[in-house]
Amino acid sequence: MPILSLAWKSLLNRRFTVMLTVFSIALSVALLLGVERLRDQTRASFANTISGTDLIVGARGGAVQLLLYSVFRMGDASNNLSWESYQAIARHPKVAWTVPMSLGDSHRGYRVLGTNGDYFEHYRYARKQALSFAQGTPFSDLYDAVLGAEVASALGYRLGDPIVLAHGASDVAFARHDDKPFRVVGILARTGTPVDRTVHVSLQGIEAIHVGWESGAPARGLSPSAERARTMDLTPEAITAILVGLKSRIATFQVQRYVNDYRAEPLTAILPGATLSQLWSLIGIAENALLIVSTFVVVVGLFGMLTAVLTSLNERRREMAILRSVGARPGHVFALVMGESGVLTLFGVALGFTLLHVLLFVAQPILENQFGISIAIGAPSLYEISLLGIICASGILIGAIPAYRAYKLSLADGLSVRV
Amino acid sequence: MSPAAKHTPGDRPAIIDIQALSYRWNDNGPIVLGIDTLQVAAGEQLFIEGPSGSGKSTLLSLLAGVTSPQKGAIRVLEQRLDRLGSVERDHFRADHIGYVFQMFNLIPYLSMLENVTLPCRFSRQRRDRAIGRSGSPAQEALRLLGHLDMAHDELLERPVANLSVGQQQRVAAARALMGSPELLIADEPTSALDTDRREAFVRLLFDECRESGSTLVFVSHDRSLQNLFHRTIRLADINTALQAQRQAG
Ligand SMILES: Nc1ncnc2c1ncn2[C@@H]1O[C@H](COP(=O)(O)OP(=O)(O)OP(=O)(O)O)[C@@H](O)[C@H]1O
Ligand SMILES: [Mg+2]
Repeated sequence: MPILSLAWKSLLNRRFTVMLTVFSIALSVALLLGVERLRDQTRASFANTISGTDLIVGARGGAVQLLLYSVFRMGDASNNLSWESYQAIARHPKVAWTVPMSLGDSHRGYRVLGTNGDYFEHYRYARKQALSFAQGTPFSDLYDAVLGAEVASALGYRLGDPIVLAHGASDVAFARHDDKPFRVVGILARTGTPVDRTVHVSLQGIEAIHVGWESGAPARGLSPSAERARTMDLTPEAITAILVGLKSRIATFQVQRYVNDYRAEPLTAILPGATLSQLWSLIGIAENALLIVSTFVVVVGLFGMLTAVLTSLNERRREMAILRSVGARPGHVFALVMGESGVLTLFGVALGFTLLHVLLFVAQPILENQFGISIAIGAPSLYEISLLGIICASGILIGAIPAYRAYKLSLADGLSVRV
Repeated sequence: MSPAAKHTPGDRPAIIDIQALSYRWNDNGPIVLGIDTLQVAAGEQLFIEGPSGSGKSTLLSLLAGVTSPQKGAIRVLEQRLDRLGSVERDHFRADHIGYVFQMFNLIPYLSMLENVTLPCRFSRQRRDRAIGRSGSPAQEALRLLGHLDMAHDELLERPVANLSVGQQQRVAAARALMGSPELLIADEPTSALDTDRREAFVRLLFDECRESGSTLVFVSHDRSLQNLFHRTIRLADINTALQAQRQAG
C-alpha cells in the first residue's frame, strides 16, 4: 500500500508534533485503563472482604453502618448488645457458629478487635479463604495480641514485642492502657482486607484493660494492676457485633427474623452480601464519575489529534497537489490523512498500554504496602481489550474528518495551489 | 486539408486534439476558457504564452484530466478525456502525463530518489517502462538525474528542501519524465530561475523529451523563451472567453 508508507514518512518528518500527539493520547489511554483497573480491583477486593458469614448481628441501627464498623473497621457502633443476647443467638438451633466482636480501642491508628479463638477458625474472606498465621499462634494468654499483616509491617513489630492499646480511636497519652501492655504472639498472613489493619486480642483482654474505666477514663485508684486483673471475672457485659454462621443457608431469613424480633433488646441482623452490594452502589457512583472523567480525557486526547492533523492540512495543500499531479486520486489523499490519524491513534494506544504497565510495575509494591490495594499485572481483560478497540476505532473514525477535508481541498485545488 | 492540420507540423498524428471546448470553474461563474480548435502533434515542443489570468493553468488542468470541460471535446492520446470519469482521468494522468509546477515541486519528507520514483507508485505502466529501460525505478531515476547533472552522492543525500530552486526544478523534471510519459506538461517551470538558468533548463527538458519521445507543452508568460520551441500559441488569441470579455468590456 503505497499510501501508508507515504503517511508513515510524512509522520516521521513531523516527529516532534507527532510525538506530542501520540504522547497525549497515550497518557489519556493510560489514565483510562488505570482507573478501570483500579475500579475492577477495588470492586473485587471489596467483595472479598468477608465471605462465609451468613449474618452479622449488632445493636439496632442502619445496615450499612453495621457492616462498616463490623467488617471495615470504619465508624463506631452507636450501641452495644448484651452478652446474654449473644449467648441466646449462639444457642439458636439453626446457628452453627458465632464470632463475638468487641470494638472501640485502637493502637497507633489501627483498630483493636476483641474476639475469641472462633474468629481465627471461622472468619473467611475472598473465596472462603480462612485466616492463616504468617508467624506465631492465636492468643492464649490474657495479654496476648495477634496483629494483622499491615499493622506488623507498618509498625515494624515482631513476635514478643510489647504493645499498648489506647482507649477509643485516638491514641493520646491520657487514654492509654499503659498499665497493661500486650505481647505480640501472632502475625496473620496478608489478606488484602481490613483484617490486615486490625489488632486482635481476647474479649477478656479488652475487659481487663477496662476495669475501672467505666466512665471512659481511668478512675483514680480503681484500676487494678495487670496481675490482679487476672483473678477477676472478665466475662464481658456487652459486645459490639456478632458474626453468625448457619447450619443451612435456607434458615437465613428465619434467623434474621428471630434476631430482628428479639424481645430483650433491639437488634439488627444483616446479610453481608446484600449489604455489601448496597454499600457498593453508593461507592459505585464516585467510581463511575471517575470513569466518566477519564473517558472525557481520552476524548480530549483524540480531539488534540484532530486539531493537530487539521492544522497541518493547510500547509500541506501543496503536497496534496503534487501527489495529485503524479496520479494520486482524491481517494488517495483521503487515505493518506486517514492513515496518519490511524497510525497516531494506534501508537498512542499501544504506548498508553505500555506506559500503564510500566507504571503499575513500579507502583504495585507501593500501592500494596501503603494502601493495601493489590493490582494484578496480567494480560488485559476482554473488557479492556474492547475498551482499547473502541478507542482505536474512534481515533480512526475521527481521522475521517481531516481526511474528508483534505479530500475536498484536493478536489477544489486540483493542481493549482499557490504557496 | 482539414482545419485541424493547420497547426500540425508534418503529418505526425495529433497527441492533443481540442474541439469547441468551454470551461468554467463554478457552475454559475464565468466561462474562463473557450477554445474552438487546438491540435498538438506527437513529439512537438509547444510554447503556450499568455498574460496572467488568461487561462493557461486552466488549460493545463484540463489536459492533465484534473478537471473536465462542461462543453466540447478534449482528446489526449486518442482518449476522450471529457468522457472519462474522474477516477479514470486520474489513472490516465498517472499513466501518461508528467507534470512540472512553477515551484515547490518536491515532497519535503521524501528523499530525492523517492520524489523522482513517485509516479511509479501510482502507475504500473510507468513503473514497467522505467524497469524496461534501466532495470529498476531507482536505476531509471538515477539515469534521469544523471542527465540533469543531479546524480551526485552529496546531492542525493540532502533533504530536498535544502536544494536550490534550480536544482529542485531539475529533480521535478526528472520525476515528470519518470517512466517516459507520452505528454510532459510544464506550468511556468522556469519563472523562479534566473535568465541564464531558464534557457539551460529548457534545453535539458528538450533533450530528455526527445530521448523519451515525449511531447512537451510548456506554459510561460516569458516570451524570451519562445524561439527555442517548435511552435508558440498565444492563449489570449485563441481563448474565445477572453475575446468575448474584451468585446463586452
Ligand atoms: N481553482 C480555481 N477555482 C476557481 N477559479 C479559478 C481556479 N483557478 C483559476 N481560476 C480562475 O480562472 C481564471 C484563469 O486562471 P488561470 O490560473 O488559468 O490563469 P493563468 O493564465 O494560469 O494565470 P497565471 O499566469 O497568473 O498563472 C482566473 O480568472 C482565475 O481566477
Ligand atoms: Mg497559471
